[in-house]
Amino acid sequence: MLWFIGRRLLQMIPVFFGATFLIYFMVFALPGDPILALFGEKTPSPAVVEQLRAQYHLDQPFIVQYLLYLKSLVTFDLGNSFSGRPIADVMAKAFPVTLRLATLAVLFEAVAGITVGLISGLRKGKFFDSSALVVSLLLISIPTFVIGFVLQYVFAVQLGWTKATVGPQAGWSELVLPAIVLASVSFAYIIRLTRTSISENMGADYVRTASSKGLTRGRVVRVHVLRNSLIPVVTFIGADFGALMVGAIVTEGIFNIPGVGGTVFQAIKQGQGPTVVSFVAVFVIIFMVANLLVDLLYAVLDPRIRYAN
Amino acid sequence: MPTDTVSPPGRGGRSPDHYVAPIEDTPLQAVDSVKVDAKVSSLWADAWRAMRARPLFWFSSVMILFIAFVGIFPQLFTNELPNDNCLLANSNGGPTAGHPMGFTKQGCDVFARVIYGAQASLTVGVVATVVVVLIGVVLGAVAGFYGGFSDGLISRATDIFFAIPFVLGAIVLLSVFQGPSNAIIVALILSLFGWPQTARITRGAVLEARGADYVTASIALGVTRFKVLLKHVLPNAIAPVIVVATVSLGIFIVAEATLSYLGVGLPPSVMSWGNDIAQAQVSIRTAPMTLFYPAAALSLTVLSFLMLGDVVRDALDPKERAR
Repeated sequence: MLWFIGRRLLQMIPVFFGATFLIYFMVFALPGDPILALFGEKTPSPAVVEQLRAQYHLDQPFIVQYLLYLKSLVTFDLGNSFSGRPIADVMAKAFPVTLRLATLAVLFEAVAGITVGLISGLRKGKFFDSSALVVSLLLISIPTFVIGFVLQYVFAVQLGWTKATVGPQAGWSELVLPAIVLASVSFAYIIRLTRTSISENMGADYVRTASSKGLTRGRVVRVHVLRNSLIPVVTFIGADFGALMVGAIVTEGIFNIPGVGGTVFQAIKQGQGPTVVSFVAVFVIIFMVANLLVDLLYAVLDPRIRYAN
Repeated sequence: MPTDTVSPPGRGGRSPDHYVAPIEDTPLQAVDSVKVDAKVSSLWADAWRAMRARPLFWFSSVMILFIAFVGIFPQLFTNELPNDNCLLANSNGGPTAGHPMGFTKQGCDVFARVIYGAQASLTVGVVATVVVVLIGVVLGAVAGFYGGFSDGLISRATDIFFAIPFVLGAIVLLSVFQGPSNAIIVALILSLFGWPQTARITRGAVLEARGADYVTASIALGVTRFKVLLKHVLPNAIAPVIVVATVSLGIFIVAEATLSYLGVGLPPSVMSWGNDIAQAQVSIRTAPMTLFYPAAALSLTVLSFLMLGDVVRDALDPKERAR
């Protein structure tokens, strides 16, 4: 087990340097003036340009630039946003909100997705299964922002069950609807994944053995099938963090949530390139750490991985 | 002396009647002979037969062909030019004669915009998928087949690009991109971050196919390794790639819409479903239908590709077919 963790950590090192380098390269080493490029159509004031040049050390050789950039990422010294506030401060205020939203979303997609997937998998080919499959395909093929508009319009504007936009406090109850929107695509994937996994395991030898021992169907499903079928689902939820962060940009934008995604959304809309790039770099790091944790979790859940080497 | 029944010894007198076929009754020749002139039933022929029988296959492929036709020849479906005759007097107007879907906020005909929007979305989906499959298959095949140093190098590069979720990567690159953006550029940027999945799948499938006996046999016969890769390994490893490619075509179309909605995708001058949905968003309370039609067109397109992907997967997976 220790050996597995060590090897996995070693593997992460080149990925970490490679991915951060890639982002840095895309922004600062492609032809053209990188600082002007960050602003797109807009012309920044000379003072802002000066400050950014100093912040990204553009007078140094490229590799030194990159290392200094890496240092600023790791120490969270990310420079200032347009309003003059340090980006690290903005992030510190926004993160708890996004964390609440993500927790609710993961909770929803896990509970609802596994329940529906379980019933589907046990009744493969029946009416419930077919309708769950159709619903899951629909959820994947409708863009998240359309689902967001429609749910916002129906539940907040028409029915008035909840507020259309979230206030600055962003309490748990206000975040329920946005969390469902954020989780919708993953919910669909989890249904499909659980269903396949369950129906595959139902035909496994150990299930037949358990049934022939005289266990009730409920106990076979709960103790034997569900436990083994959930391994891929758990890893999916972890690996889904990347999609969740992209989704957060869109969802927090729609519901005006003062979280990390909402900040990025505003920054993109206002053409604040430096803020977008800093935030996305942090997103990528979070995504990498999440993937690492999932791999470790996988080893805990599945003994075959642990003892493979 | 034929013995039709055998009684198992030592079973407390119970003698279940097991039928044992007399050996001389089974003509050995019939079992061992191979019909030389019989039609070869390849994976593809089996898959085609399995797909043909499913209504979902016909539904999704007819839909895709129809949408492709609309994308290539939009002028056959509407006389309106999508950006001409936009009268602000018609702003968010309901359907009238000749304008079955009403008007956008700018007073343009929604039906014409939905028809003309197909092109951009399909271009992004098709170009991104083709590029992703090209990069992914070449790199994955080289890594899986030749192994060693090339495998190490390609696998690390795959890990690095895989660490960046492709919409996030596209947001960064598109927000610093200078110059006019169009469907091809958006597609290329999406595929820059989309190929690792295809590369991983190809590598896995090639690794599996490489170990087969017929590969060892052809190498032993003196066929060059490159020829073995092309003629024997790739055709047997391509099935999972086709499944993923079909599904990801749909996913790329959704991604383009998301990027356009965020304002970093296609410029507003390019007509696309994503742009139209983003523009209709502001008037969702007064004219929800202007949002509904482009969104429905986009979702139907994506749904068709997802369903086709499902059907193809079921057909190409022998495990699934055996059930």
